[in-house]
Amino acid sequence: MAFESMEDWLKYSHDRNISAAEAVILEDMSDRGVSREETWSRMSAMWNAMKSSEQSYDRSLRSHSGLVGGAAGQMEDYLKAGDSLCGDVMGKVIMRALRLGESNACMKRIVAAPTAGACGVLPAVLVTAAGQGGFSDDQMTEALFAAAGIGQIIAARAYIAGAMGGCQAEIGSASSMAAGALACLKGGSPEQMADAAAIAMKNLLGLVCDPVAGLVEVPCVKRNVIGAVNAMAAADMALAGIRSTIPADQVFDAMKEVGDKMSSSLRETAEGGLAATAAGRAVSERLKKNR
Amino acid sequence: MNLYDILGPVMVGPSSSHTAGAVRIGLITRRLLGEAPAKADIALAGSFAATGKGHGTDRALAAGLLGMQPDDIRIPRSLELAKDQGMEIQFREIQLKDAHPNTALLHVEAGSGRELELQASSLGGGRIMVNKLDGIDVNFTGESHTLIVHNLDQPGHVAEVTSMLSHKSVNIATMQLYRNKRGGYAVMVLETDQPIPEDSIAWLSHLEGVIKVTYLNTMQEDEHGV
Repeated sequence: MAFESMEDWLKYSHDRNISAAEAVILEDMSDRGVSREETWSRMSAMWNAMKSSEQSYDRSLRSHSGLVGGAAGQMEDYLKAGDSLCGDVMGKVIMRALRLGESNACMKRIVAAPTAGACGVLPAVLVTAAGQGGFSDDQMTEALFAAAGIGQIIAARAYIAGAMGGCQAEIGSASSMAAGALACLKGGSPEQMADAAAIAMKNLLGLVCDPVAGLVEVPCVKRNVIGAVNAMAAADMALAGIRSTIPADQVFDAMKEVGDKMSSSLRETAEGGLAATAAGRAVSERLKKNR
Repeated sequence: MNLYDILGPVMVGPSSSHTAGAVRIGLITRRLLGEAPAKADIALAGSFAATGKGHGTDRALAAGLLGMQPDDIRIPRSLELAKDQGMEIQFREIQLKDAHPNTALLHVEAGSGRELELQASSLGGGRIMVNKLDGIDVNFTGESHTLIVHNLDQPGHVAEVTSMLSHKSVNIATMQLYRNKRGGYAVMVLETDQPIPEDSIAWLSHLEGVIKVTYLNTMQEDEHGV
């Protein structure tokens, strides 16, 4: 069985004096009855797929609805001028999150992490961090094990589907996984990984799933950006030694409680929030006519 | 959930339920038919009908019928590829009572004349459930080797199938029996841990009272279609 609490996971790692990622590898080997080589090569294939999905972005593509496409190209041009508020590293995180979100909407190949709608968060921060810190593919694969371990705990305690818990369950979970992975990558302790994951999720608690016309486009593409930027900030806070007052497990439990209280109109049904605005409804009507 | 339910699948976007799951529904239909369909009538229900176009559900289903996997970068062009191959595909909308919101009903016909009707729903994360086969309620995911036997509802057919499997050292993981009425038309669905030899499948299909045998071999996962 996979870990169902951060507490169990950290204790398991401490007792055996192994890294958090190593604990996830051992758990997966026993959970699925596979060898270390098998799970390692599968995770490293995920990392390679993430890298190539980011690189294969085509700024000329538009989604079937025409709502998204090209934004990452605009961001790239803007960054080239060297005058952005966020600077080079955060600028690249923003651009990459847009690339992935748009590629997904344009039917390109992506890695669901944990969902297709949130596929931009992990690659945006990890590809950028790999370039910035000169990390090897093996180190990145290890970070993905940590990310997946966090996702398993979130899935066990709450949700990873917008239809169940709103966007906090998709972008929130992706951001929490990414923050923890970044903390591990930068050599943070397992406690700092847990704090990064907790802080990232806390910041996105309550986020609703309100896709215009029911499509994974508006606001999903740009929410990948906030998930990625938030993960960077949460990881930096945790690595600075800033603690999360609420432990990760309790934050995830709170996410479930908030999701349970969320009206169904705000859980992927396209009946509330941005989907129900005048502009959102106009898009939906236009697409219905072309159906 | 296992690790790779969280990270993965690698898939063509935009939606694991409306795109990746739809590819798998098409693919499982092709495998159950046992050959490439020449004609397909695809009815979309619920959210598949409402938002399918924007999610590429139509192209995803066609891609699966062409034998593509959910990560095949040709999925967006599948309708053109189907046309090039002479595969006729028609789409329509349908209202289905008590069906999961993401459901498709497919009627396919091969050049050989073999036909199949399948109703399946997409459960999220790319996972699917086959709900009906040739009008009879069933329940299987297509994640294991699956043997489906259509037979007359008369004594002995279950024993024939299970003793054959025992003889071939194939372990049964799950087994379900369905029939439309007493003495009528029956279907058994068996999920097995090991693959079933082809000659045993052929032997089964020649037994008296057995109408049709369909076999889904998950070892074919690496086929790449078109």
